[in-house]
Amino acid sequence: MSLLKVERLDVRHGLLQAVRAVDLELQEGETLALVGANGAGKTTLLRAIAGAHRPAAGRVLLDGADVTTAPAYRRVRLGISLVPEGRRLFPGLTVEENLLVGGRSGRKGPWNLDAVYGLFPALRELTRRRARVISGGEQQMCAIGRALMANPRLLLLDEVSLGLAPVVVQALYETIASVGRQGTTVVLVEQDVARALGTATRVACMLEGRIVLERDAAAVSRDQIVDAYFGLRRGAAA
Amino acid sequence: MIWLNQIIQGVLLGGYYALIASGLSLMFGVMRIINLAHGDLAILGAFLTLLLADHAGLDPFVSLAVVLPALAVLGWLLQRTMLERSLRAGVLVPLLTTFGLAIVVQNVLFEEYGADTRSLGPQIGDLAFSSWTITDQIYISHLSVIIFGVAVTVLGGLHLLLRLTPIGRALRATAEDADTAELVGINSKSVYAVAAGIAVATAGLAGVFLAMRSSFDPYSGPPQLIFAFEAVVIGGLGSLWGTLAGGIILGVAQNVGAQLNPQWQIIAGHIVFLAILAARLVLTEVSSRGGFRVVLAQRV
Amino acid sequence: MNAASDVAVAARRELTIQRWTGLSVGSVTALLALVAALSFVPLALGANAIDKLTTLFVYVILAAMWNALAGYAGLVSVGQQAFFGIGAYATIQLSNWGVTVYLALLLAALIAGAVAIPTSLFTLRLHGGVFAIGMWVVAEVFHLLVNLDGSVGGVTGTSLVALNGFSVDDRRSYNYWMTLGAMVVLLGLVFVLLRSRIGASLQAIRDDEEAAASVGVRVLGGKWIIFVLAAVGCGAAGALWLATNITFQPNSYFNVQWTAYMIFMALVGGLGTFEGPIIGALIFFIIQDQFGDQGVWYLVGLGSAAVLFAMFLPRGIWGTVEERFGLQLLPVGYRLRGLQPAKEREA
Repeated sequence: MSLLKVERLDVRHGLLQAVRAVDLELQEGETLALVGANGAGKTTLLRAIAGAHRPAAGRVLLDGADVTTAPAYRRVRLGISLVPEGRRLFPGLTVEENLLVGGRSGRKGPWNLDAVYGLFPALRELTRRRARVISGGEQQMCAIGRALMANPRLLLLDEVSLGLAPVVVQALYETIASVGRQGTTVVLVEQDVARALGTATRVACMLEGRIVLERDAAAVSRDQIVDAYFGLRRGAAA
Repeated sequence: MIWLNQIIQGVLLGGYYALIASGLSLMFGVMRIINLAHGDLAILGAFLTLLLADHAGLDPFVSLAVVLPALAVLGWLLQRTMLERSLRAGVLVPLLTTFGLAIVVQNVLFEEYGADTRSLGPQIGDLAFSSWTITDQIYISHLSVIIFGVAVTVLGGLHLLLRLTPIGRALRATAEDADTAELVGINSKSVYAVAAGIAVATAGLAGVFLAMRSSFDPYSGPPQLIFAFEAVVIGGLGSLWGTLAGGIILGVAQNVGAQLNPQWQIIAGHIVFLAILAARLVLTEVSSRGGFRVVLAQRV
Repeated sequence: MNAASDVAVAARRELTIQRWTGLSVGSVTALLALVAALSFVPLALGANAIDKLTTLFVYVILAAMWNALAGYAGLVSVGQQAFFGIGAYATIQLSNWGVTVYLALLLAALIAGAVAIPTSLFTLRLHGGVFAIGMWVVAEVFHLLVNLDGSVGGVTGTSLVALNGFSVDDRRSYNYWMTLGAMVVLLGLVFVLLRSRIGASLQAIRDDEEAAASVGVRVLGGKWIIFVLAAVGCGAAGALWLATNITFQPNSYFNVQWTAYMIFMALVGGLGTFEGPIIGALIFFIIQDQFGDQGVWYLVGLGSAAVLFAMFLPRGIWGTVEERFGLQLLPVGYRLRGLQPAKEREA
């Protein structure tokens, strides 16, 4: 059985349809890269999977169980963790408090404070710093750590590279890859297609709310992605 | 000397104000709700204690063991039934529902108990008026010191709760970003309900002490609400210890005003409140425009 | 076909903006006819009816003003009794200084508005719950200041003795006409405001203050106009209430109970609609009339109703009707004519 199954999901922002009839299936241990231009619906899809956004139609199934109407906090307990776009740390809480809050759901697993500090040694120096004063890269590490503290089966990462220096992003992606290797299923939303292809086992491209391309990362060319990304229709004889 | 006495009395009175303000401060800090029924819930606590004293002969301090949990549950229920729903509908709706609740509480109490003023003074015997005489012009009443001590304990307890416990962290996280709090596994609704329970319980506690140190009637709620609100705002919204400072400033302002003219007591507090609020507004606006130098230079 | 060509097609069609519909023309005409008919009441009906209608009109004014504040400007004020009391207080003072009574009523309303101007400098910089209670504190300050004024008898109050110069019947009729006139003028002002640019900017402010400011809406200006207007209206109501009830006690005029009434009327009638306050005032009047002597139980009922409406029927009676039937009797909105519904594009 697949870990995550999304069936004909429709998500709206008021009258605007952000996600149209999306079907998606993820096996445990896969890393899916979700690419697409701004406004394609990637963040909305992720939020709908995490439970932050009620879909207008369709279903979300985790391990076969229908979680479509489950609120976000319950999905965390079931094993879905989202690292939101823009990090969204709790600014007045310290780094350590942010991590501890992430562990509130009480799920068992390999991730605890020590393990997270092991993954992100830089955070060890910052335990007592308030989240609002640390750098972007440090915030991103803390946000990922916070999500890991819930010992998720499915980790959703929304644009972790946004606003960060390439060197920092490189390190982050190496960490994400190692998390994936440990068995966690990962969905990462990424605008940088090259990075996405480098880390993921599968890639899906969204355009105006629909998934217009879905392939194994190894079996797809950059040109094919670019076409799907922009909605170009080059001739079959490419 | 008389002035010193008034200031001391004002500081001690500030303890009471801080106590009644603590719940309001908590609810506003966590949920951004101003509970317009806060004062009436405090009075409800006072009446409940009176009921227990009249019918079960319970000493007011002892009956706290019943009154506080009862009010905590009431606060929890109010949040889960009324306020949660109201919050979803927008920021203005909780004001309307809590105001309606205030009207209901006041008038139900009036129906039950009539307009007579009551007091728990008789129930606590000597404590109602015993005091230390420092000089022949300075008295420090035992009760007011107890109230001040309780206020500091409550505020200290809340501070520790917020800083050190998991539920406290969850409260702070939810207060800062309820949406993200849900995404990390916090059930914001139950967090709010806990905050509401604590807030109403502290309101009840303050109400009982009000009943001990002076008198009350079914319509005493709104003035208490206003004092609590003033203490919170003077001290700075969202700051627990600020609420203590705010209460003290309010108490001192009122007592100094009363010393000048007994009729000016309450209004002195209002005026200090308005002045501080106005000063805060000016400072915020000036700093958002770049500081006093910039603003003044623009005028020239 | 893509989105760009859809827009081009739409632009080539004739797009007109319609403010009046058939229904609204009919409604406004009916309303004007009603007002004209009401003017003859003192000549046609008995004392009891005149008194009741006068009271009803005061309620309508209060409801409309509170609705304008909360429903249009997004300002929930728990302190409008400040201006209600000032209206009455100013009337007494002016009358004591020799101003003829009915002129004093008019001036008192304007004075309430004048007081609102410096008050607004301060209160309009507050938001949400802080504004709500801030207004309550302001009301309390006014209350206490008036209590300290010996010339109106302090806490015990006084009476508008100048009214004794008129016969009871004349008084009743003059009060009626002044109240009817005040109601019509104030409702008319609200109507005009809503139809104007200010009305549109108020809706924007109410929906999202920051977004409105970012497109150039003068947020503070819009709120200010409504705030001052509401003060004038509440002041007029207070003055007129005094004219009907003659005695002035600060405790009853500056009582937060008036805000309770206003909230009930506006909520139950329909917050943010023009017709809502009128309906709410009517309902409140009927309840007062029937149950006012039941002690405080009817207050409990009012409070409970406010809670229930706020929670379950926040749009009030009229708001729900409007939504359900797409009805709008009075032309305060805009309708765009000539736009074809967009066809679904192929994938």
